[in-house]
Amino acid sequence: MFEVFQYEFMRNAVAAGMLVSLACGIIGTYVVVNRIVFLSGGISHAAYGGIGLGIFLGINPVVGAVSFSLAASLAMGLVSRRARQGVDIAIGVMWAMGMALGIILIDITPGYSADLMSYLFGSILAVPRSDIVLMGVLDAVIIVVVAILYKEFLSISFDEEFSSVVGVPVERLYLVLLSLIALTAVMAMRVVGLILTIALLTVPAAISRQFTARLDGMMVLSSILGTIFTLVGLWLSYEFDLTPGATIVMVSGAAFALSSVYHSLSRQKLFPTLMQHCHRYRDNGGAESRELPQDD
Amino acid sequence: MQRTPIGAGTTDEVIRLEDVWVHYGGIPVLEDVSLLVREHDFIGVIGPNGGGKTTLIKVILGLVRPSRGKVTVLGTSPQKGRRFVGYVPQYSLFDRDFPVSVWDVVLMGRLGHTGCLRRYTDEDRAVATDALSAVEMLDLKDRQIGRLSWGQTQRVLIARALAAKPKVLLLDEPAAALDSRIEAGLYDLLRTLNKEVTIVMVSHDIGVISTYVKSIACLNRRLVYHNSRDITRDMLQAGYECPVELIAHGLAHRVLDTHEEVPE
Repeated sequence: MFEVFQYEFMRNAVAAGMLVSLACGIIGTYVVVNRIVFLSGGISHAAYGGIGLGIFLGINPVVGAVSFSLAASLAMGLVSRRARQGVDIAIGVMWAMGMALGIILIDITPGYSADLMSYLFGSILAVPRSDIVLMGVLDAVIIVVVAILYKEFLSISFDEEFSSVVGVPVERLYLVLLSLIALTAVMAMRVVGLILTIALLTVPAAISRQFTARLDGMMVLSSILGTIFTLVGLWLSYEFDLTPGATIVMVSGAAFALSSVYHSLSRQKLFPTLMQHCHRYRDNGGAESRELPQDD
Repeated sequence: MQRTPIGAGTTDEVIRLEDVWVHYGGIPVLEDVSLLVREHDFIGVIGPNGGGKTTLIKVILGLVRPSRGKVTVLGTSPQKGRRFVGYVPQYSLFDRDFPVSVWDVVLMGRLGHTGCLRRYTDEDRAVATDALSAVEMLDLKDRQIGRLSWGQTQRVLIARALAAKPKVLLLDEPAAALDSRIEAGLYDLLRTLNKEVTIVMVSHDIGVISTYVKSIACLNRRLVYHNSRDITRDMLQAGYECPVELIAHGLAHRVLDTHEEVPE
């Protein structure tokens, strides 16, 4: 299987997969713990409007996608913070309109016939070197911003109201977080396509959450898992001649199903653990042990 | 209903509400509420669900803007006064599965002092340690928040509020979901803390609270407060439709001062 690395497109694909997995691991962690999967889906799909805009204006579609999804993230963020009701509806409408606008802009662009499927389903095998550099820069931006604002992001994710009481600028930070989601979504679009972006953003983080009780631990584990899924999916797609983006998503989804089953089974193992604890309690002559959660 | 809060003008005032009205979508939630909280007060605000207790707390925190009336916290606006207020929200409202340790939660109380773009200092960590010791939770500091009992979680949230070094503690239903023994332990803790900080606590439970607090207010859109521990008949009239429920609470102590027939 290693002979595939003689091709530059394959080396680029592996690099792109790893860079995107890193961003998705970090940002996906926030998406999962903040329960904004739907909003993130909206941001990534609305990016299609930006692709259409880029093509219509004759500029790089990725530039269009970045600016459009940034705008969408701000709009959706403000709606979700300020509207009292119907937030999910508003996000759904923006989601659909973003995509529709993209299609219409491409319709009215004269003589355009490029392969739009690559944006919808990803084109990891066609990532040019310049995009790899861009992804590296975006990863660096994400890591620096998250490192600087880690404790604030933790606090607003855990308890927004308390954070605003102690003086954290909750709304501004929330919008910064959504902007990072927008950037990550556009990156992931390159690898799995915008339709499947949400899988890369949520699945590794959702699995990690089952195995770690720390936010930074979740980020590291999600990045590693995302890399594994991407590379395994890439390899399977190569072996069996399948669409890489879809194969990566299927690998991730299968891993999620397996890990959920394992997680729920291991929770049921709580009973033997309790028995062990009781024996230890007896052996200690009744001295209290603090190893299990104590219910008072 | 007093127009001017009792003891107005004294320098030890911590929170002052004057003729405060709050409307949600045109419907009044708080009507003409006036309240003066002084240093080292320990006020229990009781009232039925939907009586505006949480709204009252949010008004003091500046999270809800009154449609009429004036609120000052330590002589300034609620938004500025927040720095001196320790807020203990209803703990049933957050996600207990959240991947965060007790220690990191308590440090969040320091965010207002550290400021954005800065790391926690040794002083922050020292204050957080003290706060956890005060609530006797230091030995569980590395535990994930969801692996605590409700009573322990409540103590952690109090520690987080204390980490802000507040002059006032505001607690929203701290004893909901606690059994009576844990509840008593919690109130004992609050009474100890009251030596240092002023406490305002709201609760829909009229029972045990009255033996621990220094004074009781009753809130059902309107607030009745006499700066005493007794629950008077006008409070019950204002606060509850059915005082019988209160007397039949089955508690060992007496809630009402005297209970006699009301001459109509």
